[in-house]
Amino acid sequence: MKRAPWRWSALTVAAGLALTGCASGTGSEASDETEFDSAADVSGELSIMGFGAGDEIGEVRLDEAKAAMPDVDVQLVEGDLDIQQFLSAVAAGDPPEIVYANRDQIGTFASRGAIVPLDSCIEGEGIDTSQYRESALNQVTFDDQVYGIPEFNGIIVTMANANLLSAAGLTIEDVNGSDWDAMTAATQAMTVGNGGSLQTIGVDSKLPEFLPLWAKANGVDLLSEDGRTANVNDPKVVEALEWAVDIYDRQGGFSAVKAYRDTADFFGAENQFATNTLGAMPMEHWYINVLNENSPTAPMAFDTVKDREGNTLSYATGSAWAIPADSANPEAACRLMKVITQTDSWLKAAQARVDLRAESGQLFTGLLTGNQDADEQIREMVPADAPEPWISAINAMYEANDAAFSLPANPADAEFKTAWQDAVNRVLNGQASAQESLDQGQQEAQDALDEAWATWDDEQG
Amino acid sequence: MAATTQTPPDALGTSRARQAQRRNTRRDTRAALLFISPWLVGFLVLTLWPVLYSGYLSLTDYDVFNAPNFVGLENYRTLFSDETARLAIGNTFYFAIIQVPLQVLVSLALALLLNQAGRSSGFFRTAFFLPRMTPPVAIGVLLLLLFNGQSGLINRVLGLVGIDGPAWTTDPNWIKPGLILMSLWSVGSSVIILLAALRNVPAELYDSAKVDGANFWQKTTLITVPMISGALFFVFIINSIDALQSFTEAYTAYFGSGNTTYSNDAALFYSIYLFREAFEFLNMGYASALAWVLFVIILVITLVQLRVSKRFVYYEGEQR
Repeated sequence: MKRAPWRWSALTVAAGLALTGCASGTGSEASDETEFDSAADVSGELSIMGFGAGDEIGEVRLDEAKAAMPDVDVQLVEGDLDIQQFLSAVAAGDPPEIVYANRDQIGTFASRGAIVPLDSCIEGEGIDTSQYRESALNQVTFDDQVYGIPEFNGIIVTMANANLLSAAGLTIEDVNGSDWDAMTAATQAMTVGNGGSLQTIGVDSKLPEFLPLWAKANGVDLLSEDGRTANVNDPKVVEALEWAVDIYDRQGGFSAVKAYRDTADFFGAENQFATNTLGAMPMEHWYINVLNENSPTAPMAFDTVKDREGNTLSYATGSAWAIPADSANPEAACRLMKVITQTDSWLKAAQARVDLRAESGQLFTGLLTGNQDADEQIREMVPADAPEPWISAINAMYEANDAAFSLPANPADAEFKTAWQDAVNRVLNGQASAQESLDQGQQEAQDALDEAWATWDDEQG
Repeated sequence: MAATTQTPPDALGTSRARQAQRRNTRRDTRAALLFISPWLVGFLVLTLWPVLYSGYLSLTDYDVFNAPNFVGLENYRTLFSDETARLAIGNTFYFAIIQVPLQVLVSLALALLLNQAGRSSGFFRTAFFLPRMTPPVAIGVLLLLLFNGQSGLINRVLGLVGIDGPAWTTDPNWIKPGLILMSLWSVGSSVIILLAALRNVPAELYDSAKVDGANFWQKTTLITVPMISGALFFVFIINSIDALQSFTEAYTAYFGSGNTTYSNDAALFYSIYLFREAFEFLNMGYASALAWVLFVIILVITLVQLRVSKRFVYYEGEQR
């Protein structure tokens, strides 16, 4: 009888080992039988993961796609792309037919064979890639192959409180980044209180997330154009970080500023601009809508962010459509990504938003689609007589959109991002100097890139 | 004439009885297995299998998308030279070493108070347990609000007594103390367990002590604590395991929805590092090795606790 537990244990271990032998990934093979043809009818099921058609822009375009594929049963897995959910589906051999991801995830997915190159899809469906913004297309182009169809462009503009600026004898040009000394002086001029007694944040340089912006403003990218070499500890990045951290230090340190900004009613009527508790900050353009809806009378001033030469620049982010390696219906997936990102679909969606805004008496502030043709035509829908300061905001937004840059696709984006963000955080937390921390960040980022590229290069032979 | 062996009637009866007993035992076993089969299947498929599988994965380079590539003990070698893993282990031990005794002490103090509450103890029992029902993600967000260095409730209260509170959520020196204090939010379940144990302490012991002139402190240390040492040990061991696996609150506050870009090394617990390796960097093989090392750490600590407990824990009815 005493042998029974051993027998059970042996059986369990044997079963486990046998089952582990069955373990496998999806591999990276795309089906050779897939034929993309814009004239062909598509049918079957199409499960979309990561796309929450939560507003009129998503709903109208999705309806357009459904109308173009009447025989396809489109099903949404609501919400942003949940990596755990996606991984589980892939591991179970049942990935969705199409995924909607952040553009910066595309390189990683592509390098691991989780998504397929779209060359044949683009050719077969006749997708005109020249319509997409270059910075957006770069983010989904990995090792010279397009792996995603981009949409939306999130860009950054300078937002400021006009009353605080004028009270300090300043203008928006003093806080748009064109002159770092002037921006530092503006910080001191507008800040009220210090540290624990902070009452007004003069300038928020938005670290850690905007380090790539300030590095670019100082003339350097954090990552080389081919995505293989990190420039995290470039002297110009060190200089940019030291300056951006100094902005916080002059207000009592990052801890104090962050603690204070965390208390703001960021999405409400009592936001930091409406309550005169923030002088200026660079911010993603979607926040223009938040301000316009919730505090339309806030004393705002807008401009683009400038580099140190005075040229407009912006850091762009966005989303992309991609086809998983084992997609059961790549033809329908390709058709959907074509229709949903084409100019006509964007125009219809924009019109729906214009109508909704008009109904609620609000201003249509434009839409950045990632599609150049659509952007230009949608801009025409913005009322010509839009009042200040919102017309300045819209102009700044479109100007920044034309000057946007992005970090290139690479196979270790999450590790790379973590490396430079951790480096910034160590400085903000007072754990290391900018040079020390960025040196460590450079090492971590380059190690991750080297390992990931080596794996990719080996696989490519 | 062939010799025949006849079984004596008594022996025959005994043999039949044994056979019948074995049949009954087998029948009972089958019935028992049938009744627990839903749990058994769940355990095999959802617990044992993933545990075994992760053991195999810990010996591979695996990113989910591609087949696991056997690398032997490479992941473990990497782990033992990984400075971030060392940092995460250090943070986790710091948290556990302070949080667990504090949690037990606070639970015991509250349980003792509740035990004195008389008729109103039901209300207070519910009141103390309710925070336990708060989802851990909400606790993580709550932490950022309550412990905000500028306007958080904690610093406001400290301000009333003239103390300029620290930057709990951004200063690396105060991140873990903040997390430890916040963990007391969910002290309710331990309180209920200890209260139940307190209710089982025979009243005669207190009566005898009273006759002997014992004060409250003497009654607590010489009667109450020894008599509920079994429950105390249970609470201690469960909280130890929980603390070593601490994840959600710290992740939410410093790595997840509370802060999408700002993070703090001081809050990097071992489970958070494991999660990031698995689901952010897709190093599933390395993450599996991290998980197994955590399992071994917890197992060793639990065995040590069990060993030590033999000297301090009293179980009613136990013969020594």
